[in-house]
Amino acid sequence: MDFPEGLYYSKDHEWGKVEGNIVIVGITDYAQDALGDIVFLELPPVGTDVEANVPFGTIESVKSVSDVYSPVTGKITEVNDAVTDAPEIINQDPYGEGWMVKIEMNNPDEIKDLISTEEYQKSTEE
Amino acid sequence: MNDRLIFQIPYLEKGKQILPTVPNEISSIEINIPDNLKRKKAPELPQISEPQLIRHYNKLSKKNFGVDTGFYPLGSCTMKYNPKINEEISRLENFVNIHPYQDEEDIQGALQLMYELDVLLCEITGMDKFTLQPSAGAHGELTGLFIIDAYHREKGNKRKNIIIPDSAHGTNPASVTMAGYNAVAVDSDENGKVDLKKLNELLDKETAGLMLTNPNTLGFFDENILKISKMVHDVGGLVYYDGANLNAIMTISKPRDMGFDIVHLNLHKTFSTPHGGGGPGSGPIGVTKELSKFLLIPTVELNNKGRYYLNYDKKDSIGKVKAFYGNFNVLIKAYSYILSLGAKGLKRASQLAVLNANYLKKHLSKYYHIPYPEICMHEFVISAIWQKEKGIRALDIAKRLMDFGFHPPTIYFPLIINEAIMIEPTETENKETLDMFIKAMIQIAKESDKNPEILKSAPHKTQIKRLDEAKAARDLILKYEYK
Repeated sequence: MDFPEGLYYSKDHEWGKVEGNIVIVGITDYAQDALGDIVFLELPPVGTDVEANVPFGTIESVKSVSDVYSPVTGKITEVNDAVTDAPEIINQDPYGEGWMVKIEMNNPDEIKDLISTEEYQKSTEE
Repeated sequence: MNDRLIFQIPYLEKGKQILPTVPNEISSIEINIPDNLKRKKAPELPQISEPQLIRHYNKLSKKNFGVDTGFYPLGSCTMKYNPKINEEISRLENFVNIHPYQDEEDIQGALQLMYELDVLLCEITGMDKFTLQPSAGAHGELTGLFIIDAYHREKGNKRKNIIIPDSAHGTNPASVTMAGYNAVAVDSDENGKVDLKKLNELLDKETAGLMLTNPNTLGFFDENILKISKMVHDVGGLVYYDGANLNAIMTISKPRDMGFDIVHLNLHKTFSTPHGGGGPGSGPIGVTKELSKFLLIPTVELNNKGRYYLNYDKKDSIGKVKAFYGNFNVLIKAYSYILSLGAKGLKRASQLAVLNANYLKKHLSKYYHIPYPEICMHEFVISAIWQKEKGIRALDIAKRLMDFGFHPPTIYFPLIINEAIMIEPTETENKETLDMFIKAMIQIAKESDKNPEILKSAPHKTQIKRLDEAKAARDLILKYEYK
């Protein structure tokens, strides 16, 4: 299981990578492994306001349907159409090509509410 | 070998239509169909002979797997044997050849059956009145939620939230959303039951109600139910009973006595009518006297002259959810089942369902992790986490079970258990079948140590081997395209 350094994590199994006041969001390797083969992903359009800890998307695997939570509050500036077309990319490369959205943060300090790689890894082992 | 679709069977005579063309006197009839909806060319119908047709469908029918073929321990679905006497009764010509538009006087027998089924279901659940109209469990849920909605609207505020345990059936939150409410999840405690402290935090003046399956999907009877229903009632909410698991408690305890205001039953689970491709369902809703004015129209009533009639005169009714009176033929089968078992027989069925589940649970506990090891009701959940350490998932175990001639149990549900395998044997299986299942599960546990490949590539003995489920879900092909 892969837990890259330099990312922020949520307890709901999203990761966030900060670039200025933009955060790139996806789901973790642990999450994609638990979900199994992902078959469908629904994401909101660019310009949608999102709120921290509130679902912004839906992800469906052969096992179940789950919400995808926004780790921060802000506005969606970019959506990865490649993963909605071919959601298996999330299984193959959750931290790279499998990113889902870019969010412009209202308050960049909010990212500090998320947990570190170490904390996240520990939470998955509980 | 994959079978051909009927469309792929070559024409009886190459290139030649054997079906008659539409006669002139019919094709010349003018019907006002908009041009864009008109066919541009004749439909491509299979041009095959009657014996080809019969063989085609007969061959397919032999590939079916059902409770008449083998053990079907699909958790929470209560795949019990469907007694054939139910079929026989439901096919009596006086039932089959009546029409819902017939005069009430002509169909007194059918009305009597519905009336008496209502009374029987009231006796079993403790409720005051049923509607037999909803055509399945989730349809019943939606109807029940509309009644909750009507109840609160009458009091002046629809309210916003319906509380559902995190172990609930997926249909619960779906029905709640369909009915215009927010589904609010309440966590389960360490025993798999409703966490009372968390529930207390969620209850407020916006709580329209709580939906609960008791016993729950983990197979446990929530003995705090009286406290739970009181807590919900104290904030003015209603308590809804999802009857999916009634099979464990028939004539032993009544949902009404637990404080439930609305109950749905699955006649196609608990009362042995065929389901899962075998026939339509039926999801009657039972309510308390206070709520009965909201029930669907018509209700079946008995007048003081001993005649049965359909009562449409209910100004507070929420209306109709289905044409006519529901799946009448299914009602006949459930009625036949209840009367052929009687009160003692229903109780014995529930007791044996619980006994069979515990027998399996005990024997599997050495080989599989059982997250909640206490004595269970009619079903239980195992977690394949010991096998997962060796790279074997619940899915692999389920597929391998098919090689032993069993229908796989429910997997990956409830969601709160990792690698869940949910097993419900029902009361209609004997010890020999249960022992064969145990033997298969033990062999599979051993294979996960010694021969994991046989599990990962299972099933091996079925006509079609492991399917690519992800591809099937991603690239849906819903109709045949002629080449």
